[in-house]
Amino acid sequence: MSNPAESDRTPAEIDRMPAEIDRTPVEDADVCVVGAGPAGGIVAHRLAESGASVVVLEAGPRFDGDRQEQLEQHLRPGLDDPWGMGGPRDEFTSSGDSFYPLNAARVKGVGGSTLHWQGMVMRLHERDFELDSRHGVGADWPISYDDLRPFYAEAERELGVAGAMDNPYAPPREEPHPLPAFPPSHSDSIFAEACERLGIDMHSVPNARNSEPYDGRSPCVGYGTCKPVCPSGAKYTAESHVEKAESAGARVIDRARVRRLEHDSTGERVVAATYTTPDGETHRQTADQFVLGCGGVENVRLLLLSESEQYPDGLANSSGLVGRYLMDHLFAGMGGRLDRPTRQNHVGFNTSETHQFYDDAEPVNGLKLEFLNYAGPSPVIGALHADTWGDDLLGQLKADYGTHVAMGALVEQLPDEDNYVTIDPETTDDLGDPVPAVHWSIDDQTKAALERANEIQRTVLEELGVDVEWAVGPDNTGPAFHHMGTTRMGDDPESSVVNAECRTHDLQNLWIAGSSVFPTGGAMNPTLTIAALAVRLSQSVKQRVRN
Amino acid sequence: MRLTRRDAIAVLAGLGVVGGGAVAVDQFDPPTAETAETGETGDGGGDGALSATVTATMTAAAAVVYPSQTEGVADFVETYVVGRARDESRRDAMRDAALELDAIARDWYGDDFADLSADDRDSLLRELGVAAADPVADGTVSERIRFHVVNELLYAFYASPTGGRLVGIENPIGHAGGTESYQRATMLEDDAGRVERAERAGDAEDVEGSEADE
Repeated sequence: MSNPAESDRTPAEIDRMPAEIDRTPVEDADVCVVGAGPAGGIVAHRLAESGASVVVLEAGPRFDGDRQEQLEQHLRPGLDDPWGMGGPRDEFTSSGDSFYPLNAARVKGVGGSTLHWQGMVMRLHERDFELDSRHGVGADWPISYDDLRPFYAEAERELGVAGAMDNPYAPPREEPHPLPAFPPSHSDSIFAEACERLGIDMHSVPNARNSEPYDGRSPCVGYGTCKPVCPSGAKYTAESHVEKAESAGARVIDRARVRRLEHDSTGERVVAATYTTPDGETHRQTADQFVLGCGGVENVRLLLLSESEQYPDGLANSSGLVGRYLMDHLFAGMGGRLDRPTRQNHVGFNTSETHQFYDDAEPVNGLKLEFLNYAGPSPVIGALHADTWGDDLLGQLKADYGTHVAMGALVEQLPDEDNYVTIDPETTDDLGDPVPAVHWSIDDQTKAALERANEIQRTVLEELGVDVEWAVGPDNTGPAFHHMGTTRMGDDPESSVVNAECRTHDLQNLWIAGSSVFPTGGAMNPTLTIAALAVRLSQSVKQRVRN
Repeated sequence: MRLTRRDAIAVLAGLGVVGGGAVAVDQFDPPTAETAETGETGDGGGDGALSATVTATMTAAAAVVYPSQTEGVADFVETYVVGRARDESRRDAMRDAALELDAIARDWYGDDFADLSADDRDSLLRELGVAAADPVADGTVSERIRFHVVNELLYAFYASPTGGRLVGIENPIGHAGGTESYQRATMLEDDAGRVERAERAGDAEDVEGSEADE
């Protein structure tokens, strides 16, 4: 009988695994980090560098070697998911008005979801930290933009952000980005004509992607497949922080599925993380401090699975809010064709956007607009899905490629207690643990903001003379795969899960890193804020380890 | 429009096939008693006729699935197919699918696939349901031929700089070069940049030389 933990791996993954890997616990660990994504990777690196004994437990595998296998898996129909998501390990249920495609929204593995992300990294605006005070909606963060500002700068250096100080709507910053921005695309120059006439300011996009060599990684060479795979290594993935953490002495155990946290008899401290390895063995990792960095869904699941006599509703859940206030960014988009070449699909990232409407009060939801460099189909992918070949196919591809333009947008979803993550006791994964259950709906206010985004997009496209062919708005929107808010940060233990340091109110040595602590999510891609909070959290944990 | 070996090399480089020593057409030979013992293949000791069958079948299929104006198909396909054969699992599946297609041609049309007219090759593939089939590596015969023959060939063509240029993009996704071209309003007319990129993206000489490396 095959080991159930092995059964969810692809043959290629199993081939990559050395026959014997020591996955036993580390003795006398100061810090146990659960999850090897950007939050966990940065925390592990910072703490290991400071001399702490650090162990990282990661549920997914290492994806060592080049990325050509994943590139082909992405481009060619009929191959497995490049990052192996979606097997029995990753079962979930979804309810609410909107299906939540969880396994498209995350990757389990060393590097976490940065393995498949696109790499847009902008700071939240000042208003995002004080939405309740300013507008009477959402929540205030217990920290301000000014509190996080120096950590944003550090995070930009950690990720290697290519950007420019050309965004008049960005919050104040103290220094240029570490790398120069990618210049605007030809497609951007087409949009610029219309935006100029309409008084819409375009500016560069901060990208966690090397425009020059940086941090031992090459500059981008334009494979055009950033999401979900960068074969050149120019795109930041958290693998680089995990690697640095290991160089600094941290031990990283992959395919170690943490299933439960145990607390001491006082209920004030976590004493161990219990995890199962591919050989079916279950181990117990003790440590002085525990940091969760498993993402906005698995953080919740782990806390809830760790229920005890003392904490029957799960760990760190005296507020009853673990899992509540799930938020995502909603996508709005529109596109069509022009009567001239638009040169799409050369690169897989964007080079221009506008934050001009982000801070508007009507609608109060933040929204940012993007000018896409990958509008319309790629000929390669089109050919592989076609039901013909030869001259017929060439004719189809020529007709389909070359004149598309499109805009995208991210729209803020305000926190709502009725959007939540919990566990589904009726459905279990291959280890017999209840799976995460996501309950998610999109409220009318968010739909109104999506309509506003569509309205601006239509204005720009019509000014350009585009024949609009498609739109994604309130009726057919979907999540941008940024799940946030499920272990929210706050000063009041009755209305939040972690404090301003990102330490749980209930347990003295349990910390949460990642977007699950966001009280509001703005409309900016969250990873730079995740990284800034991870840098900040590292300082606090470091202090505790020293003490 | 002429495909070159360098086009094949550029696509192979995108797939991570660079350098790495000898690969020959007779990689497609089935193991002989002698090679089975040592686990070796492609040492020149196999059945050359069978090797020729695989490459001839793939080339004949390419002549149908590629646009009619395409020249240089044989060299392009051979270079690409030999490069792909470095992945053993892919090599065996491609060989099996090509041989299966060839056997069906003999059953249905009374001749080797490569010896059929272009119209008959096209008809055979369509009658087999390959045009409408989902590409599945280990699926039904139609699905396997779609995956290992037709889609393998289409990928090689439309991910290549020359194939991409035919559609209007000199740097189709899947290989390096997009950062050089994304700001341009039009394609460059000359091929100089393309050749440079192919050489930089992969160790061109190693790959190109490999098919003659004995």
